[in-house]
Amino acid sequence: MNIVEEFSVGTPLEITLPPVSRLDLIKYAGASGDFNPIHTIDEEATKAGLPGIIAHGMWTMGNLAKLFTPYYKEVFLEDYSVAFKGMVFLNDVLTLKASLVSIQNDRYYFDVAALNQKNEAVVKGSAVLKRF
Amino acid sequence: MFESLIGTRSTPVKNIVERGSLKAFSKSIGDESPLYLDELVGKRSRYGANIAPPTYPRVFDYGEIQGFDLPNVGLIHGKQSFHYKRPLLVGETVMCSTSLENYYERNGKSGLLGFLLLKRYGEEPGGKLIFTEEQVVIITEAVREGMSS
Repeated sequence: MNIVEEFSVGTPLEITLPPVSRLDLIKYAGASGDFNPIHTIDEEATKAGLPGIIAHGMWTMGNLAKLFTPYYKEVFLEDYSVAFKGMVFLNDVLTLKASLVSIQNDRYYFDVAALNQKNEAVVKGSAVLKRF
Repeated sequence: MFESLIGTRSTPVKNIVERGSLKAFSKSIGDESPLYLDELVGKRSRYGANIAPPTYPRVFDYGEIQGFDLPNVGLIHGKQSFHYKRPLLVGETVMCSTSLENYYERNGKSGLLGFLLLKRYGEEPGGKLIFTEEQVVIITEAVREGMSS
């Protein structure tokens, strides 16, 4: 477990994920119950007019939230909002980022984003951690 | 096309934060914190139990809004947000429901787009709110045409 004292403006929390694999998306489909076939089956993605299967937006959003997990001893995630800006394809390499914007009383305000290997934001949003 | 359903809410469905399901979910997003998965760590934590990752409510059944039928394909998830009063606890019962908050249409590059604003609720069996979710789902013109034919 980490401590919130480590949070500082200008020092983002950051993780780079291994390249997105089909198995990642099959696992997420099974665990979440979202079996929309454009996330797992090539022909269905092609039929839907996509160049290939794409990750579930919620898979990326779920991954992004783990930047905060080590801090849940002192805070909980009160608000978490994102917009899905771009598609995530197989073998994309995502970097997850959370930057502290401000601290107000018992709340920590973050900007969050998931960037692909071309440095394009595929997910962008904000999060509020509330201290106990 | 969904205007008449705005404000309609589903009958709440009983869901349970199941340990096995939560473990599979945590693994699938690579977020395997002992706070989620290790019973002893959960028990000794301030929560007194294991908690769930914030996007775990994706697995819940929110019931059906009567008369609201969407195809499973061709929808675009535009936005998603969660608001929590407190974290979800492993083993607890959550009553889940959904409502159509708004529907509107806008002209986009690929034709007329429909925007659905859906809200979801997770409550304690006694009615106390645990979390809400909001999602914007975009329906493309091709899909809307398929639905009305």
